[in-house]
Amino acid sequence: MNRPNGSGPAGKVQGLPPGIETPPKDGEPGWASGLRKLYNSVVEEPLPDSFQDLLKKLDDSDDA
Amino acid sequence: MPERIKPSQTDESFRQELLSVLPHLRAFARGLCGRADFADDLVQETAVKAWTARERYQAGTNMRAWTFAILRNHYLSELRRNKRQTDLDEGAAERMLVMDADQEAPLHLGDMEQALHQLAAERREAVLLIGASGFSYEEAAEIAGCPVGTMKSRVARARADLARILDGEPQALSARTG
Repeated sequence: MNRPNGSGPAGKVQGLPPGIETPPKDGEPGWASGLRKLYNSVVEEPLPDSFQDLLKKLDDSDDA
Repeated sequence: MPERIKPSQTDESFRQELLSVLPHLRAFARGLCGRADFADDLVQETAVKAWTARERYQAGTNMRAWTFAILRNHYLSELRRNKRQTDLDEGAAERMLVMDADQEAPLHLGDMEQALHQLAAERREAVLLIGASGFSYEEAAEIAGCPVGTMKSRVARARADLARILDGEPQALSARTG
Protein backbone atom coordinates (compact mmCIF):
# COMPACT_ATOMS: atom_id res chain seq x y z
CA MET A 1 0.00 0.00 0.00
CA ASN A 2 2.98 2.27 0.42
CA ARG A 3 4.19 1.68 -3.09
CA PRO A 4 2.47 3.84 -5.67
CA ASN A 5 2.47 1.05 -8.21
CA GLY A 6 1.03 -1.59 -5.98
CA SER A 7 -2.34 -1.70 -7.68
CA GLY A 8 -3.69 -4.24 -10.08
CA PRO A 9 -2.94 -7.90 -10.34
CA ALA A 10 0.73 -8.61 -10.69
CA GLY A 11 2.03 -9.90 -13.96
CA LYS A 12 -0.99 -8.81 -15.94
CA VAL A 13 0.64 -8.05 -19.26
CA GLN A 14 -1.62 -7.06 -22.09
CA GLY A 15 0.80 -7.45 -24.96
CA LEU A 16 1.67 -3.79 -25.19
CA PRO A 17 3.44 -2.69 -28.33
CA PRO A 18 7.17 -2.16 -27.88
CA GLY A 19 8.03 1.40 -27.00
CA ILE A 20 4.83 1.89 -25.02
CA GLU A 21 5.55 -0.86 -22.60
CA THR A 22 7.13 0.35 -19.40
CA PRO A 23 10.87 -0.02 -19.85
CA PRO A 24 13.00 -1.74 -17.24
CA LYS A 25 14.04 0.64 -14.50
CA ASP A 26 17.73 0.67 -15.32
CA GLY A 27 17.11 1.24 -19.01
CA GLU A 28 14.58 4.03 -18.72
CA PRO A 29 15.23 7.68 -19.56
CA GLY A 30 16.24 9.96 -16.71
CA TRP A 31 13.03 11.94 -16.72
CA ALA A 32 11.01 8.81 -16.01
CA SER A 33 12.58 8.43 -12.59
CA GLY A 34 12.38 12.21 -12.21
CA LEU A 35 8.65 12.01 -12.72
CA ARG A 36 8.28 9.32 -10.09
CA LYS A 37 10.50 11.27 -7.73
CA LEU A 38 8.38 14.35 -8.21
CA TYR A 39 5.25 12.34 -7.53
CA ASN A 40 6.66 10.44 -4.58
CA SER A 41 8.00 13.62 -3.03
CA VAL A 42 4.38 14.73 -2.63
CA VAL A 43 3.14 11.30 -1.55
CA GLU A 44 5.69 11.30 1.24
CA GLU A 45 4.82 14.76 2.54
CA PRO A 46 2.91 14.74 5.80
CA LEU A 47 -0.66 15.89 5.34
CA PRO A 48 -0.93 19.64 5.85
CA ASP A 49 -2.80 20.96 8.89
CA SER A 50 -5.69 21.98 6.70
CA PHE A 51 -6.57 18.31 6.39
CA GLN A 52 -7.46 18.09 10.09
CA ASP A 53 -10.75 19.80 9.31
CA LEU A 54 -11.41 17.27 6.61
CA LEU A 55 -10.87 14.39 8.98
CA LYS A 56 -13.34 15.94 11.40
CA LYS A 57 -15.82 16.42 8.60
CA LEU A 58 -15.67 12.74 7.78
CA ASP A 59 -16.15 11.91 11.45
CA ASP A 60 -19.09 14.23 11.95
CA SER A 61 -21.07 13.36 8.89
CA ASP A 62 -22.12 9.91 10.03
CA ASP A 63 -25.72 10.98 10.14
CA ALA A 64 -25.67 12.38 6.60
CA MET B 1 -26.99 -16.03 7.51
CA PRO B 2 -26.80 -12.24 7.71
CA GLU B 3 -24.68 -11.03 4.83
CA ARG B 4 -24.80 -7.44 5.89
CA ILE B 5 -22.04 -5.77 7.79
CA LYS B 6 -22.93 -3.11 10.27
CA PRO B 7 -23.08 0.21 8.43
CA SER B 8 -20.74 1.83 10.93
CA GLN B 9 -18.12 -0.82 10.28
CA THR B 10 -18.44 -0.36 6.55
CA ASP B 11 -18.12 3.37 6.97
CA GLU B 12 -15.09 3.01 9.16
CA SER B 13 -13.23 0.76 6.76
CA PHE B 14 -14.21 3.05 3.90
CA ARG B 15 -12.87 5.98 5.86
CA GLN B 16 -9.60 4.23 6.57
CA GLU B 17 -9.17 3.36 2.92
CA LEU B 18 -10.02 6.88 1.89
CA LEU B 19 -7.49 8.32 4.31
CA SER B 20 -4.83 5.97 3.04
CA VAL B 21 -5.14 7.28 -0.51
CA LEU B 22 -5.00 10.97 0.42
CA PRO B 23 -1.22 11.24 -0.13
CA HIS B 24 -1.62 9.76 -3.60
CA LEU B 25 -4.50 12.07 -4.39
CA ARG B 26 -2.34 15.01 -3.36
CA ALA B 27 0.48 13.90 -5.64
CA PHE B 28 -1.86 13.36 -8.57
CA ALA B 29 -3.60 16.69 -8.04
CA ARG B 30 -0.28 18.51 -7.72
CA GLY B 31 0.88 16.95 -10.94
CA LEU B 32 -2.32 17.86 -12.73
CA CYS B 33 -2.61 21.47 -11.70
CA GLY B 34 0.90 22.38 -10.61
CA ARG B 35 -0.17 24.38 -7.57
CA ALA B 36 0.02 23.07 -4.06
CA ASP B 37 -2.84 25.14 -2.65
CA PHE B 38 -5.24 24.41 -5.49
CA ALA B 39 -4.22 20.75 -5.42
CA ASP B 40 -4.99 20.41 -1.72
CA ASP B 41 -8.36 22.07 -2.18
CA LEU B 42 -9.11 19.59 -4.93
CA VAL B 43 -8.11 16.68 -2.73
CA GLN B 44 -10.25 17.81 0.17
CA GLU B 45 -13.26 18.37 -2.06
CA THR B 46 -12.63 14.99 -3.65
CA ALA B 47 -12.51 13.29 -0.27
CA VAL B 48 -15.81 14.85 0.74
CA LYS B 49 -17.37 13.83 -2.57
CA ALA B 50 -16.07 10.31 -2.15
CA TRP B 51 -17.36 10.15 1.40
CA THR B 52 -20.77 11.40 0.33
CA ALA B 53 -20.88 8.85 -2.47
CA ARG B 54 -19.59 5.97 -0.32
CA GLU B 55 -22.83 4.07 -0.75
CA ARG B 56 -21.93 3.68 -4.39
CA TYR B 57 -18.48 2.33 -3.65
CA GLN B 58 -18.38 -1.42 -3.92
CA ALA B 59 -16.06 -3.31 -1.66
CA GLY B 60 -13.14 -4.66 -3.62
CA THR B 61 -13.07 -1.71 -5.99
CA ASN B 62 -9.68 -0.07 -6.25
CA MET B 63 -10.09 2.92 -3.92
CA ARG B 64 -7.21 4.74 -5.51
CA ALA B 65 -8.65 4.43 -9.02
CA TRP B 66 -12.12 5.32 -7.79
CA THR B 67 -11.02 8.47 -6.02
CA PHE B 68 -8.61 9.49 -8.78
CA ALA B 69 -11.53 9.50 -11.19
CA ILE B 70 -13.53 11.70 -8.84
CA LEU B 71 -10.61 14.08 -8.44
CA ARG B 72 -9.96 14.20 -12.14
CA ASN B 73 -13.56 15.01 -13.00
CA HIS B 74 -13.75 17.60 -10.26
CA TYR B 75 -10.55 19.21 -11.50
CA LEU B 76 -11.90 19.47 -15.04
CA SER B 77 -15.14 21.01 -13.88
CA GLU B 78 -13.21 23.51 -11.74
CA LEU B 79 -11.11 24.40 -14.77
CA ARG B 80 -14.23 24.96 -16.83
CA ARG B 81 -15.74 27.06 -14.08
CA ASN B 82 -12.62 29.18 -13.73
CA LYS B 83 -12.48 29.56 -17.44
CA ARG B 84 -15.96 30.99 -17.48
CA GLN B 85 -15.22 33.25 -14.56
CA THR B 86 -11.97 34.69 -15.78
CA ASP B 87 -12.41 34.44 -19.52
CA LEU B 88 -8.95 32.96 -19.79
CA ASP B 89 -8.30 30.55 -22.55
CA GLU B 90 -6.95 27.26 -21.36
CA GLY B 91 -3.49 27.99 -22.70
CA ALA B 92 -3.21 31.15 -20.65
CA ALA B 93 -4.39 29.33 -17.55
CA GLU B 94 -1.81 26.65 -18.15
CA ARG B 95 0.96 29.18 -18.50
CA MET B 96 -0.01 30.85 -15.25
CA LEU B 97 -0.01 27.54 -13.47
CA VAL B 98 3.44 26.83 -14.79
CA MET B 99 4.72 30.13 -13.51
CA ASP B 100 3.29 29.58 -10.06
CA ALA B 101 4.66 26.10 -9.70
CA ASP B 102 7.50 24.74 -7.67
CA GLN B 103 9.01 27.80 -6.02
CA GLU B 104 10.67 25.61 -3.41
CA ALA B 105 11.31 22.43 -5.33
CA PRO B 106 14.87 21.29 -5.92
CA LEU B 107 16.02 22.35 -9.34
CA HIS B 108 15.84 19.07 -11.14
CA LEU B 109 12.36 18.36 -9.85
CA GLY B 110 11.44 21.91 -10.80
CA ASP B 111 12.58 21.24 -14.33
CA MET B 112 10.56 18.07 -14.32
CA GLU B 113 7.52 19.92 -13.09
CA GLN B 114 7.90 22.63 -15.69
CA ALA B 115 8.28 20.09 -18.44
CA LEU B 116 5.19 18.29 -17.19
CA HIS B 117 3.22 21.48 -17.45
CA GLN B 118 4.24 22.09 -21.00
CA LEU B 119 2.39 18.96 -21.99
CA ALA B 120 -1.13 19.02 -23.31
CA ALA B 121 -3.48 18.40 -20.37
CA GLU B 122 -4.55 14.97 -21.62
CA ARG B 123 -0.98 13.81 -22.06
CA ARG B 124 0.04 15.16 -18.67
CA GLU B 125 -2.79 13.27 -17.04
CA ALA B 126 -1.88 10.11 -18.93
CA VAL B 127 1.79 10.12 -18.01
CA LEU B 128 0.95 10.91 -14.40
CA LEU B 129 -1.42 7.97 -14.18
CA ILE B 130 0.88 5.50 -15.88
CA GLY B 131 4.38 6.77 -15.25
CA ALA B 132 3.97 8.16 -11.75
CA SER B 133 0.90 6.64 -10.08
CA GLY B 134 1.60 3.20 -11.47
CA PHE B 135 -1.86 2.40 -12.81
CA SER B 136 -2.32 -0.11 -15.58
CA TYR B 137 -3.42 1.21 -18.96
CA GLU B 138 -6.84 -0.31 -18.35
CA GLU B 139 -7.22 1.43 -15.00
CA ALA B 140 -5.91 4.71 -16.36
CA ALA B 141 -8.31 4.56 -19.30
CA GLU B 142 -11.18 3.99 -16.93
CA ILE B 143 -10.15 6.90 -14.74
CA ALA B 144 -9.84 9.21 -17.73
CA GLY B 145 -12.96 7.86 -19.39
CA CYS B 146 -11.27 7.00 -22.67
CA PRO B 147 -10.50 3.82 -24.65
CA VAL B 148 -7.37 1.92 -23.67
CA GLY B 149 -5.80 2.55 -27.07
CA THR B 150 -6.28 6.28 -26.63
CA MET B 151 -4.62 6.12 -23.24
CA LYS B 152 -1.68 4.24 -24.71
CA SER B 153 -1.13 6.76 -27.46
CA ARG B 154 -1.45 9.68 -25.04
CA VAL B 155 1.22 8.15 -22.83
CA ALA B 156 3.49 7.49 -25.80
CA ARG B 157 3.12 11.09 -26.94
CA ALA B 158 3.67 12.43 -23.46
CA ARG B 159 6.85 10.39 -23.16
CA ALA B 160 8.10 11.66 -26.50
CA ASP B 161 7.28 15.23 -25.48
CA LEU B 162 9.06 14.89 -22.16
CA ALA B 163 12.10 13.36 -23.76
CA ARG B 164 12.23 16.18 -26.27
CA ILE B 165 11.67 18.93 -23.69
CA LEU B 166 14.08 17.61 -21.08
CA ASP B 167 16.79 16.18 -23.27
CA GLY B 168 16.67 18.21 -26.43
CA GLU B 169 15.37 21.71 -25.95
CA PRO B 170 16.84 23.69 -23.08
CA GLN B 171 15.33 26.81 -24.65
CA ALA B 172 11.88 25.54 -23.92
CA LEU B 173 12.58 25.65 -20.20
CA SER B 174 14.36 28.97 -20.06
CA ALA B 175 11.29 31.05 -19.27
CA ARG B 176 11.95 31.37 -15.57
CA THR B 177 15.17 29.56 -14.87
CA GLY B 178 17.37 32.55 -15.78
